[in-house]
Amino acid sequence: MLQVDQLTTADPKVSLQDISFQFDAGNIYTILGQTGAGKTELLRALIGLDPLVEGDIKLDGQSIAKRPVKDRSMSLVYQQFINYPHLSVLDNVAFPLRRQGKKKADAQSLAAKMLTVVGLGDYLQRRPAQLSGGQQQRVALARAMVKKSRILMLDEPLANLDYKLREQLREEFPRLVTGNDDSVILYTTTEPREAMELGNTMIIMTDGRIVACGPPADLFANPPTKDAASVISDPPISFISGFVRSGALYFGEGQLAPNNGLHLPMDGPVTIALRPDAIEPGGAFNATIGLSEFSGSETIVHLDFDFGRAIMLVEGIETFEVGSHMSVSIKAEHIMLFSSDGQNITTRIK
Amino acid sequence: MNKFYHILKTLFLFSWSLFVVFPFLWALTTSFKDANAITSGATYIPWVDYEPSTQGWTSLFTTGSQGINIVGPFIDSAAVTLIASLVSLLLGTLAAYGLSRFEYRLGFVKNADITFFFISQRIMPPIVLAIPFFLMLKELGALDTIFGLVLVYVALLLPIAVWVMTDFFAGIPKELDEMAMTDGCSPIGAFFRVILPNSVPGLVVAGMFCLIFGWNDFFFAFTLTFTETQLLPVSIVSLNSSVTPWWSLSAFALISVAPLACVAVIVERYMSRGTMSGAIR
Repeated sequence: MLQVDQLTTADPKVSLQDISFQFDAGNIYTILGQTGAGKTELLRALIGLDPLVEGDIKLDGQSIAKRPVKDRSMSLVYQQFINYPHLSVLDNVAFPLRRQGKKKADAQSLAAKMLTVVGLGDYLQRRPAQLSGGQQQRVALARAMVKKSRILMLDEPLANLDYKLREQLREEFPRLVTGNDDSVILYTTTEPREAMELGNTMIIMTDGRIVACGPPADLFANPPTKDAASVISDPPISFISGFVRSGALYFGEGQLAPNNGLHLPMDGPVTIALRPDAIEPGGAFNATIGLSEFSGSETIVHLDFDFGRAIMLVEGIETFEVGSHMSVSIKAEHIMLFSSDGQNITTRIK
Repeated sequence: MNKFYHILKTLFLFSWSLFVVFPFLWALTTSFKDANAITSGATYIPWVDYEPSTQGWTSLFTTGSQGINIVGPFIDSAAVTLIASLVSLLLGTLAAYGLSRFEYRLGFVKNADITFFFISQRIMPPIVLAIPFFLMLKELGALDTIFGLVLVYVALLLPIAVWVMTDFFAGIPKELDEMAMTDGCSPIGAFFRVILPNSVPGLVVAGMFCLIFGWNDFFFAFTLTFTETQLLPVSIVSLNSSVTPWWSLSAFALISVAPLACVAVIVERYMSRGTMSGAIR
């Protein structure tokens, strides 16, 4: 339905590089990437706020690349919850409907209904400044949704909210934004958890390019590239230089790495990727604790091995003394291997 | 300590208010005095210190040797100031919006250079501009006319409007324009429907600057007019003949100040309204 062909921009910060993709109606696409990956730039290019150097954007087969922003049937919710400060909440949401030519009474009636959907039915006459951050973002969301655009784009809509509000809205989002089989929803985020919860297709971006796309669970289990693995892993995945020699896997300093269940490639250098759950306390590997931090109900421990630094995730809140030594084990079933050009070459023996 | 600070603060504010209000009080009492009351020392309370007279006020609306009629100059001043201020504000706001939102480049000339070009018009002392303005208005046949003065004042007020509004627009996030466009506005529609309503404080400040300059200017009003058109600052000076009628002069001064004071009181509330609070977080 929305097709992007070889999209290239020349943004001074991050320029999009030859992006081609097809977004099908009725789907929620989460675009995952670190800051500066080009997520916002992609949305801005699609909606027409940033000019294209090359490429085309087609909606239902018709090119819209040269159409003005207002004629693209797209809505955008910014990260910064932008609202019109001089208008009431009701008039904020009615604003796009009025621009579509609807009468004031009709526009306000539809706007009031949408505001009730997002839980702001009691705040119609307030100004945006009189609302909390979460409520302001709901106003922005209601204004974007009330237009019934073909493409609804949400640019890190929860990023500026505090933790509790973010959790609450994250739960509500699928209910709020779904229900229209004719539209495409693009949702950008830097948080893998958010991306996996919300979308039925995940797109991973780095340096202005799409590096992976597919169902979130598949991408998490089997990221196609080192970049994709890095972006999708939270807590961060650890990459350690290693090599394969004579059917055995070694860490960079020549220490033997576990490889049971892994089909090893030909002799040569590889990058060994260790997810935080690949390392467990107790085992044959000695490490020094470099840092210990709590994340929710888990403890993230940064371990310094002879062959490099890796992160271990421990269930529950535990105190680890920085600088002390501990022995750990590394589970081969959670190891991934990447070639020197960053491609995932992990093959498991069935 | 807090009480002492409070007393000190109140005392300071009271003294300062007195300092500001005193000239007006002096002019008000003087405007109701006659020649004898004025020369008999500092007196303030009518009917007690002196016998009030309305001669100072009535002479302002009398023609001939009995006084000077200020109605004509008042209307001229109001027309020139209002028209020039409105035109400057309109053109200046549009220019400022362009400079704050779009990138212009002609060789080494960029937006900042264009903004400086506008402001640089006010760097020159007025005397330098007087002769060119005089010659240009003469060529146009606009000397001693309201139209000619409006032209000159627009040239002088435009830099102020551009400068104030460029700075104000720079404080309005561009995302607000973009949001308006995604909501169905054209770029011009976004300006008029969203940006302008949120620019009221800037417009008020720029408008006040324009009004104050236009209303109070003496130099160009004096050099570019003769008998057909006369503005208030020139009229007030013409009162200062061999015998200065201090009572009329005081009444004239109060009438001259009144419009700007009224405008300031009316628009003051808009100077803090319409800030960007709630626009973006």
